[in-house]
Amino acid sequence: MNRQQPFDVGAVKDVIAARRHMPGAMLPILHGIQDAVGFVPADAVPMIADALNVSRAEVHGVLSFYHHFRQQPAGKHVVQICRAEACQSVGSEALAKHAEQAIGCAFHETTADGQFTLEPVYCLGLCSCGPNVVVDGELHARVGAAKLDRLLQAKRGAP
Amino acid sequence: MSAATVTLYVPRDSAAIALGANEVAAAIAAEAQQRRVDIAIVRNGSRGMFWLEPLVEVETAQGRMAYGPVDLADVPGLFDAAFHQGGAHPLARGLTEEIPYLKHQERLTFARVGITDPLSLADYLAHEGYVGLQRAIAMSAEAIVQEVLDSGLRGRGGAAFPTGIKWKTVASAQAPQKYIVCNADEGDSGTFSDRMVMEDDPFVLIEGMTIAGLAVGATQGYIYVRSEYPHAIAALDQAVATAGQHGYLGDNILGSGKAFRLEVRMGAGAYICGEETALLESLEGKRGVVRAKPPLPALQGLFGKPTVINNVISLATVPIVLARGAAFYKNYGVGRSHGTLPFQLAGNVKQGGLVEKAFGLTLRQLLQDFGGGTASGRPIRAVQVGGPLGAYMPQQQLDTPLDYEAFAAIGAMVGHGGMVVFDDGVDMAQQARYAMAFCAIESCGKCTPCRIGSTRGVEVIDKIIANKDGKDSRPQQVHLLRDLCDTMLNGSLCAMGGLTPYPVLSALNHFPEDFGVPT
Repeated sequence: MNRQQPFDVGAVKDVIAARRHMPGAMLPILHGIQDAVGFVPADAVPMIADALNVSRAEVHGVLSFYHHFRQQPAGKHVVQICRAEACQSVGSEALAKHAEQAIGCAFHETTADGQFTLEPVYCLGLCSCGPNVVVDGELHARVGAAKLDRLLQAKRGAP
Repeated sequence: MSAATVTLYVPRDSAAIALGANEVAAAIAAEAQQRRVDIAIVRNGSRGMFWLEPLVEVETAQGRMAYGPVDLADVPGLFDAAFHQGGAHPLARGLTEEIPYLKHQERLTFARVGITDPLSLADYLAHEGYVGLQRAIAMSAEAIVQEVLDSGLRGRGGAAFPTGIKWKTVASAQAPQKYIVCNADEGDSGTFSDRMVMEDDPFVLIEGMTIAGLAVGATQGYIYVRSEYPHAIAALDQAVATAGQHGYLGDNILGSGKAFRLEVRMGAGAYICGEETALLESLEGKRGVVRAKPPLPALQGLFGKPTVINNVISLATVPIVLARGAAFYKNYGVGRSHGTLPFQLAGNVKQGGLVEKAFGLTLRQLLQDFGGGTASGRPIRAVQVGGPLGAYMPQQQLDTPLDYEAFAAIGAMVGHGGMVVFDDGVDMAQQARYAMAFCAIESCGKCTPCRIGSTRGVEVIDKIIANKDGKDSRPQQVHLLRDLCDTMLNGSLCAMGGLTPYPVLSALNHFPEDFGVPT
């Protein structure tokens, strides 16, 4: 693997040791690693394969199947915009276009300065009060362009 | 707390939080302290009237008084108006229970939601909680299954398969280990009733699964919750721990000698994992790839063992069926659609929220009487019922009664009861394109009609859209699209590819003008 990002190998080992004996341990391990180090590094794949007695290909197959798992670290702030039908009906596509402009990158991308990652999300279950947005894990409902700008500004100013 | 302590309720439901409930609760606490008003704030579930959230309720001698939607800036004014004594204020909505939106519902599954503190076992017990389990413990396993069968309860996740028959199959299977799996991968846009149960009344789901375990002889349960629902996962984790500490879960449920353990598992952002066999694969630690049926999960489910896999609402309805009896539940509804469904009004709707009603009212009644029309004030043009795989229904179909069979008869489905409202600004060709595009993103890839068909579908619809004003190949492209939909409908392994043609064809059939083809 080229350009491997540094990560805390000890933390990954701890997660694997703690969860390897759970029935169907693969997803809990991947979640644990991502929660601990922010993404699932390529170097963690053979470690998981070894612990679960499956092939690296199987681990990679699971890792790459699920949208939630990151194989690269995200930007400092993660902005997710719901693009499903209920939010579409109240203008989320216009908001999505505005977000690309305001943040300065396309969906599934991270800005050059590493400040923001922009992602789509397909339903947050807040469908009566869209458009809905998640910023660093915090939910925000009825978000128009102006409100999104305020949320972004608050993050830009954050230490 | 003194006798003069006033109890205030500020919801902890994530929709209320997204609208500022945490900040409002903090501001009320601070303002009360400053004014030396003695209050206690309970973080209850949401009443499901999301246009009024954050909805603050005040306990009074007459009952709970509602104020909403409360903005941070409203808090000092509310205290000036002595809202903590039920004082008049422009945001006052009167007694919560008398608000027509709530008053005209028939809340069975959602009986406690919004009333109780979701994480308080004492509150749950004080509101008919665990009455169903107590009764189930005194019954034989066969009698529990029969009760659920007699209630007429059908799978609320969308497929509407009789819950009791599923249970009966698992109960009669012989195996050293059986499982109860709750499908809480509520990925359909426009649906949030599962989320509300998990966040706002988690014990009811735990109770329902425990009863299921007793009924079929399963000792282990899993709740598979989508990763987009962290608040639900946190609430469930806490409720499962509390239930365990008080003997409602574990090796000896309420001293019955029967065991049932429960674990919450997090999904990872794959829509297809709402399909039951893909969900089981995911729980086993694999890619969420759909399995061929047979074998049925009831016989060879999780880890190859007999498994009851039910939706959140199905399982959360079991306690009231056991507590009040099958006949009580069955008396609600029409035809073969017994009981109630928690409908969800979403999208461009003025009064969006959760409406639990017996089957049989019309879509129009729901949208007008409860929903109050569109949020934008413009006419309703289309309503998508039953999630991304549900049909778009035009004005002329809005008088269809909400009942499984009536919807099936017109090529639509009630599904999970979610409805997404669109006003006349919607471009139905774009919505059809989105249905195919979403299928392409979320297809598990196992069967060709879904994996390739969805991509071809996007391409064909793009050609139709692009040719709108050009020279006319549209009739040919539309023919191709219909042919493709036919292949997907009949040739897909599961509902993902098999039902994606529903929104596409309904858009094409009811709104041909948006595709540039003659009506």
